Amino acid sequence: MQRRGRIVRTLLSVYYAYMVEYRAELLLWVLSGTFPLILMGIWAQASESGLLTFQSEEFVRYFLAVFIVRQFTVVWVIWEFEREVLEGKLSAYLLQPIDPVWRHFFGHIAERFARLPFAFILIALFFWLYPQALWVPSPVGLGLGLAAIALAFSLRFLMQYTFALCAFWTERASAIEQFWFLFYLFLSGMIAPLEMFPDAVREAVLWTPFPYLIYFPASLLVGLPVDPWRGLFTMLGWGAFFFLVNRWLWRRGLRQYSGMGA
Amino acid sequence: MPTCLFGGGMKRYLSVLRLFWSTAIAAELEYRLNFLIATLSSLGSLTGSLFGLFLFYRTGYQFQGWGWEEALVVLGIFTLLQGFSATLLVPNLNKIVTQVQEGTLDFVLLKPISSQFWLSSRVISPWGVPDLTFGLVLIVYAGNRLGVGLGAYLLSLIPLLFGLISLYSLWFMLGATSIWFVKIYNVTEVLRGLLEAGRFPIAAYPVAYRVFFTFIIPVAFLTTVPAEAMLNRVEWGWILGSGLLSVILLQSSKFFWRFALRFYTSASS
Repeated sequence: MQRRGRIVRTLLSVYYAYMVEYRAELLLWVLSGTFPLILMGIWAQASESGLLTFQSEEFVRYFLAVFIVRQFTVVWVIWEFEREVLEGKLSAYLLQPIDPVWRHFFGHIAERFARLPFAFILIALFFWLYPQALWVPSPVGLGLGLAAIALAFSLRFLMQYTFALCAFWTERASAIEQFWFLFYLFLSGMIAPLEMFPDAVREAVLWTPFPYLIYFPASLLVGLPVDPWRGLFTMLGWGAFFFLVNRWLWRRGLRQYSGMGA
Repeated sequence: MPTCLFGGGMKRYLSVLRLFWSTAIAAELEYRLNFLIATLSSLGSLTGSLFGLFLFYRTGYQFQGWGWEEALVVLGIFTLLQGFSATLLVPNLNKIVTQVQEGTLDFVLLKPISSQFWLSSRVISPWGVPDLTFGLVLIVYAGNRLGVGLGAYLLSLIPLLFGLISLYSLWFMLGATSIWFVKIYNVTEVLRGLLEAGRFPIAAYPVAYRVFFTFIIPVAFLTTVPAEAMLNRVEWGWILGSGLLSVILLQSSKFFWRFALRFYTSASS
């Protein structure tokens, strides 16, 4: 246990230092997540017509929450893992007495902390420009929302890492992620709160993992009515499924792997 | 043969271009499965975009002055631009940073043709073809339903061409900043993120957004203006503005590249 704690601390501090080194790049990544802010404008404008069930402020808050959730659930493990497999760098990591996944996982976590200041500055700037939208989430909503963000990040990481393992068999595993990303983009609530979807579509989508990656945490943050238990169990269910597939692929993949030095 | 190397002008550039692109396509065709994936992705992306648009129109709401089919024209032009950037811009301009990082930009600069031309046209990727096709299909479908005539299609080519030039110039300038900042790959991601705004007619946005997407990031000129030309309701001022913008941006990109090169300290020197 003590050894584990030490490993975690070391990995976190190493990757934090690494990420802070690339601050400028990080800022650009933060800025490249503007998609929700664009849709915020259109939906806010659309709500002026009075034909929608949401008020303009509700849309603004929702999409700001989407922006925040996006910032903290960004995952890129598949591109790194793919490169490691293709270039044979994985071999060196396999020699270490720790599963290579932790290196990626804590790299992502450390990046969150390095990203935090930028995200806060942007949010402050936003409320300064648009004070009407200012809201304070209820303590329960905030707590649940943060927990949901953590879960959403873990689930997204797990899913992407599972796809990444396909790199043992194919050269462009990232293509799978790119395809999957389309579903994520359109069904996760990034383009609109799920309340705007036709009922049948919404009910179907709620069984997939996608809305729990964005819509669910964002709704908790802004106080839209969602069922926290359903969210929790759906995420755990999909998480368990991907975990099993992941471990199976990992074992098969290592046998398949013939990178340099393996 | 120095005369041949330095005198050919336009014709020489065209033959170089043919060589570049035939080799690039030959290389990409090694990955035929990727083409299938690109087609599926493109189809999925289009379905998603249509769904996104449908979410607005199903409530009876309309973007001001844009019916469903008219909004489809904008989406079609956006898809077309996506195809264009996947075919030419991404494979070329996003690689400038690698050239700088690995010092291979030296070799490019030594070649007896314009380095901007080399960097902008070295590779062509067939991955954008599905987007180009679906974009065209969508435009023609919506255009037919709206009764758009041949003349209007041709007219819209003018602002579309201007838009492509502006897009290229912006992208190139951002790519060129990698002379200073090596890890710049994501500057173009910022631009791409903002360009997503072109999915919708500019009239769909609140006033502040409209100003931003017209004067700061000229998204309005990329999709809305060509669409309006196609719908026969564009004011000539907009087309003129679009042309002016493209000329200014193209010239700036040239100046900017020359300026940036002064700061390039090559790997070998």
